[in-house]
Amino acid sequence: MLFYALKRFGVAILVALSVSVVTFSLLHVSGDPAAAMAGESASEEDIEYVRKHYGFDRPLPVQYADWAYRAMHGDFGQSIYLKRAVSGILAERAPTTMILGALALSFALILAIPLGVLAAMFPNTMIDRFALTIAVVGQALPSFFFALIMIIVFGVWLRWLPISGHSSWLNFIMPSIALGYYATPAIMRLTRAGMMDVMSSDYIRTARAKGLKPRVVLFKHALRNAIIPVVSLSAVQLGFMLGGSIVIEAIFSLNGRGSLAWQSIQRSDFEVMQAIVLTIATFYILLTFLADLLNAFLDPRIRVS
Amino acid sequence: MAERILSVENLKVDIPVASGMLHAVQGVSFKVDRGETLCIVGESGCGKSLTSLAIMDLLPSKAARTADKLELDNKNVLDIPEDQMADIRGNLMGMIFQEPMTSLNPAYTIGNQLEEALMRHRNVNRNEARDRAVFLLEKVGITAARSRLRQYPHQLSGGLRQRVMIAMTLMCGPDLIIADEPTTALDVTIQAQILLLLAELQKEFDMGLILITHDLGVVARVADRVCVMYAGQVVEQGSAKQVFEDPTHPYTQGLLECIPIPGKTERGSHLGSIPGIVPSLVGDMNCCHFAERCPHASDPCRAEPVGLRQGFTEAHDYRCLLTPEQCADNLKQKVPA
Amino acid sequence: MANGTVAEKLPSAQAILEPSPTSLMLKRVFGHAGMTIGGGVLLSIFLVAVLAPLLAPHDPFSQDLTKRFVDPIWGAKGTWEHVLGTDGFGRDYLSRMMFGAQTSLLIGFSAMLISGILGTALGVAAGYFGGRVDMIITFIITTRLAMPVILVALVVVALIGSSLTIVIWVLGLLIWDRFAVVMRATTQQVRAMDYVAAAKALGCSTLRIILTEIMPNIVNALIVVATLEVAHAVLLEAALSFLGLGVQPPTPSWGLMVSEGKGMMFFKAWVIAIPGTALFMLVLCINLLGDGIRDVTAPENRN
Repeated sequence: MLFYALKRFGVAILVALSVSVVTFSLLHVSGDPAAAMAGESASEEDIEYVRKHYGFDRPLPVQYADWAYRAMHGDFGQSIYLKRAVSGILAERAPTTMILGALALSFALILAIPLGVLAAMFPNTMIDRFALTIAVVGQALPSFFFALIMIIVFGVWLRWLPISGHSSWLNFIMPSIALGYYATPAIMRLTRAGMMDVMSSDYIRTARAKGLKPRVVLFKHALRNAIIPVVSLSAVQLGFMLGGSIVIEAIFSLNGRGSLAWQSIQRSDFEVMQAIVLTIATFYILLTFLADLLNAFLDPRIRVS
Repeated sequence: MAERILSVENLKVDIPVASGMLHAVQGVSFKVDRGETLCIVGESGCGKSLTSLAIMDLLPSKAARTADKLELDNKNVLDIPEDQMADIRGNLMGMIFQEPMTSLNPAYTIGNQLEEALMRHRNVNRNEARDRAVFLLEKVGITAARSRLRQYPHQLSGGLRQRVMIAMTLMCGPDLIIADEPTTALDVTIQAQILLLLAELQKEFDMGLILITHDLGVVARVADRVCVMYAGQVVEQGSAKQVFEDPTHPYTQGLLECIPIPGKTERGSHLGSIPGIVPSLVGDMNCCHFAERCPHASDPCRAEPVGLRQGFTEAHDYRCLLTPEQCADNLKQKVPA
Repeated sequence: MANGTVAEKLPSAQAILEPSPTSLMLKRVFGHAGMTIGGGVLLSIFLVAVLAPLLAPHDPFSQDLTKRFVDPIWGAKGTWEHVLGTDGFGRDYLSRMMFGAQTSLLIGFSAMLISGILGTALGVAAGYFGGRVDMIITFIITTRLAMPVILVALVVVALIGSSLTIVIWVLGLLIWDRFAVVMRATTQQVRAMDYVAAAKALGCSTLRIILTEIMPNIVNALIVVATLEVAHAVLLEAALSFLGLGVQPPTPSWGLMVSEGKGMMFFKAWVIAIPGTALFMLVLCINLLGDGIRDVTAPENRN
């Protein structure tokens, strides 16, 4: 088990490295950091000066090595626009996105898992159809549209929730729902399929033959096994959410990493963009790694021997 | 003298399928006494497994079960509320299934699964349940029982898992155990051990045992009474001695010809076979179910359903239009010169 | 497999190919009506998009600042001249919606083609050759999966500049992962079949085997994933355009129309509701069609 974990960890590091290489190349090939830094009204000479001064004229691999070396020491460079260390800005903005992600995932799980279980227990009934309808809608509805509709309905017509800002936890309700519902169909489908699979298995028949109460059969025996792949999926979905929060944060004016990404994109703030993509990728990798570990932990067949 | 544990009368199981109604079990009746082993024999698809599931009320939701009488320990268990039935399952009667490899929950230790079987029905704490589990594991021949409790099912072999299943069924000291082909999925060498074990335990705990199998060799070893099923019906029922020595129904005769019986079958003689296939049980069959394949069938056999009639003794029934004497004659003719 | 641990970590192709709730539901209720309805509506949208120049009542680009935000036909002051009203520049909404369909479908299909070719090539190679090749390609796929698509797309488009072509290429070069994963898994399955071994024994060249034995058997899965990815591309383009980094004005794009209408949404919700609902309907129908195909070709029976 330990060897397994170490091997996965090694691969994870390699993937993170590749992501940083790809992102770095994409950024420097697509745009010109010197021009971005020099500003809009800069002349050719100004740009050239910036280029030489900050070493943007060096070969790309050299620039990358330099960046990577600094990054490993936690130095992600300076934000062109904010004139501060990127790592500091990231640290400030991270909590909001984390909270948003966690709430979004919680929403998705609270909605998807019970629905999936119910749909599996009562296939082809109204409950099942209701669950499937939610899944269908969830997969087809664009998140930004959903967010705007919610704002109109809950923010303006009903006046239940605040529209923007981050003054209280209420501010997080709509964004979490807007971000989380997209994961609901996948989780619900997996729960439903897993439960239906498990419910028809032999050990559930044994549990019933022992005279165990239905609730015990359902939760202790069935769900415990069906939930294993759902845990992995949830971790992966959380990774996606952390990466895809940019749209939601922009709409709801939340001060998280996503909106930071949005701002730095608009201002061509290279160092910030590079750092954000890397951090998000790292989180995703960490989460999938965690999902694997959880998977192995929850299944005694992997955990023991 | 013997105490009646189980009475089943006219048990029927119907399952709606795409092409109509499948009459999987058609009017099956039998009884089991304390200390007695009843073997239900038949080929795949004859309805023997569904019969056992019907007794436990563990049929799939689409299946419909009816019976004139279903009594456990002389108490009616037919059409009782589910929660009462759940109190009886695992408590007064238990069941052992065919596939030990998948019949235990992979996520919990075997100790956990054994203990919960007892704690569900009795007011005991975990330590008491654990002691009983150890006691029973040793009874079924598992060494180092106490440390085994902490193991997971995937760490045990098939034979060991089946022993655990047996121990689990015994946790509450049931009056009746139904074993549905408990040895089919195991090695031949282990089969014998498990069967012997069941026989010993039955004597020791003074239970009734229903053993469902398609293996006549198994039946010969352990049965007190035999119930032969074919195409959803009981075609012959009697003491093991009766059925093996004087099989009456043509199907039973055919079955016994198919296997070599040590002591009876002569070296070099041909083993028989029963040509044809099992009829479909969808819809109504207004004739003898075995008529298509029976070497002695005649027109009356194909015209109307055939009922059970008494055989050579009171405790012996069979389902054929021929008299017992005619059947015995048929048998004599088959014995090679 | 030597690359066991890395390869195992890919999303399950089975999960993608398994019948979705949509198909299961509709199968129960309507038989294969889901596919029919979805396909039918999709076909209508496609026809509208293709025939937009003929069908549109007005020029989608002509502005009339005296007629800004005229209500649609169901509104108080709606007229038949502008059935769906007008936008902030007085442009006819219905016409813009029709041309917007062009944008969505064009980008959806083009991006799907690019990502399909790329992803299928990678997936088939990984599935067929196995070993080192598989290890490398799986690593590439995992790397791609770790990168946040929307973010990277936004970054690249922001730096290069956005246009229809650029959006198509950026999306196409980013969303090939599901193709790769599914094609890899399917190819592995097919490769293990006896007829492939037979072809090899006959001495057929690798390319020939891939084209004649492997491809025909993975085409079903390919079509299913292709439809899913069209929907995916449509949603991504809409999000990009909504943020202003997709299709540029004055080109009509439904995502862009939602963004342009945002300012008025509290007063005239229809400004965003119309393009938003259209997006929803389009993606829904594509999904229904894809599920219908999945149903009919029934990989579910493999379970």
